[in-house]
Amino acid sequence: MASMLTEMETLTESRPRWTEFIIETLIRVVGFSSVGFLVLVFLFLMREGVPIFFEVQPGNLFGTRWYPTFDLFGTLPLLLGSILVTVLAMVIALPLGVSTAVFVREVAPGWAREILKPMVEVLAGIPSVVLGFFGMTLVAPVVRETLGAPTGLTAFTGALILAYMALPTIISVAEDALDAVPKSYRDAGLAMGATQWQTIWLVVVPAARSGIVTAMMLGMGRAIGETMAVMMVTGNAARLPFSLDSIFRPVRTMTATVAAEMGEVAQGGVHYHALFGIGIMLFLLTFVINLAAASTIFRKRRRGGLR
Amino acid sequence: MNRYWVQRIGFALLGLVALIVVLPILLVVGTIVVRGVGAIDWEFLTGMPRDGMKAGGIFPAIVGTLVLTLGTALAAIPVGVGGAIYLSEYARDTWLTRAIRLAIINLAGIPSVVYGLFGLGLFVLFLQLGTSILAGSLTLAIMTLPIIISAAEEALRAVPTEFRTVSASLGGTRWQGIRHIVLPQALPGIITGVILGLLRAAGETAPILFTVAAFFLPRLPRSPLDQTMALPYHLYVISTQVPHMPVGIQYGTALVLLMLVLSMNVVATVIRGYYRRRREW
Repeated sequence: MASMLTEMETLTESRPRWTEFIIETLIRVVGFSSVGFLVLVFLFLMREGVPIFFEVQPGNLFGTRWYPTFDLFGTLPLLLGSILVTVLAMVIALPLGVSTAVFVREVAPGWAREILKPMVEVLAGIPSVVLGFFGMTLVAPVVRETLGAPTGLTAFTGALILAYMALPTIISVAEDALDAVPKSYRDAGLAMGATQWQTIWLVVVPAARSGIVTAMMLGMGRAIGETMAVMMVTGNAARLPFSLDSIFRPVRTMTATVAAEMGEVAQGGVHYHALFGIGIMLFLLTFVINLAAASTIFRKRRRGGLR
Repeated sequence: MNRYWVQRIGFALLGLVALIVVLPILLVVGTIVVRGVGAIDWEFLTGMPRDGMKAGGIFPAIVGTLVLTLGTALAAIPVGVGGAIYLSEYARDTWLTRAIRLAIINLAGIPSVVYGLFGLGLFVLFLQLGTSILAGSLTLAIMTLPIIISAAEEALRAVPTEFRTVSASLGGTRWQGIRHIVLPQALPGIITGVILGLLRAAGETAPILFTVAAFFLPRLPRSPLDQTMALPYHLYVISTQVPHMPVGIQYGTALVLLMLVLSMNVVATVIRGYYRRRREW
């Protein structure tokens, strides 16, 4: 500390005010840039995607058949495919994630925590193509054999991989939520004669519920936007997932459609605009999900840390 | 006594769930290491791909990923750290600051493939950079920005207010206090955040699909306006687009990518741990 302060003294007065003014102005400009980038992303999606709404009848665009070569651009199966895979992934990931967060924060001995937390960080760091590759070479064959289905590339396989990809987000946000519950809540629960188990599920988890909802939302946002892994393991058949067994059939998501087809389309064509149209839908979907997640974060801040 | 048995069984179940979460992670990493390590030799790491990628090495993909990551760092670090300095040191709690935070949360949530579309629209087509390293790096940089800003802001906020007060009491201006006192103290945290952001960029495929990645380009990139191969995209190509691909090369490529990303992860964790213990406050 002392050495730093001597350095400070020699620097005072030596630097002209205007360089400092320039630096501070630059920092302010850069500070606002996030808003600018968000607006830019939206503008350029609109620029390339909005034409589709004039080129194709709305009935076609929100129809049930996606066959771009026959000028059929029905996005409904893609939207439902994304929703199916995401909801399934959340059904798997939420109980696993919240339980793991509870285990790490409330129950686990120190050594278990020391193993679990870095492992979850490793999971967060594994690139999605690597998980997709693992999914198609090892998980899909297992799924195929247990189901006796013609292919292991199904909505369920995708959901399984997606669930694990959403887990790090869910675990860490849920953990923070549990962390924010004051110790006095736990003490009160125990003092009332409740066991630690009862205190966790009847006092601590309910007190952290809005944070857990945030965890689910952010996990959902990750899952619906995930591209490569999903494209590699879901089989990519654009069909309406209405029957009960569609969980174990191939589906095609919005993200996979864009990633798979963009390389093959003519720039400025109808198909090209349609893919950007899907991009707009994805942007708006995740925007709403994140806004909802953010609103719980901001509410928490206003209430002063609790809940 | 009954409810204590419930608790005991409940805790055991929670431990079991944690195991269900951890085991697949070990399985993924373990399988890829075991099956991939045989493919890795000097030629694989430093050779050009041959025979339609069915033989030879993955050198251009490795170099491509390193170059893209470097480009991302050059673009994202100044803007990210600057943004964090603004939020932590200058911003007051106004609607504008709230808008910035909201924008950061939303940027972090945009699907990676949508960043790819955006990069195609803005950098490749509108700014006419073409499918190039420049376009890809800039796309990846905007994607990494929210991660870097959040981590760097957290590191800056962790520096006690007294440091700023003392600096000001000695006649330092606000910028001098930041430049000579706050920033050096927050540096390890910032570096950790930057590495964690960059490892995301290094592993991403979707944003580079339409902005830079070359299917097969057995030479090194010559300029920032050149296309390049990249490890994640290469793994995607050889595992889905090329029929009769030798499995060893697929696992080998997956292993190289995994090791690159995990080693960045380890470096970040070590830096964080080391400085947390050495901190003077």
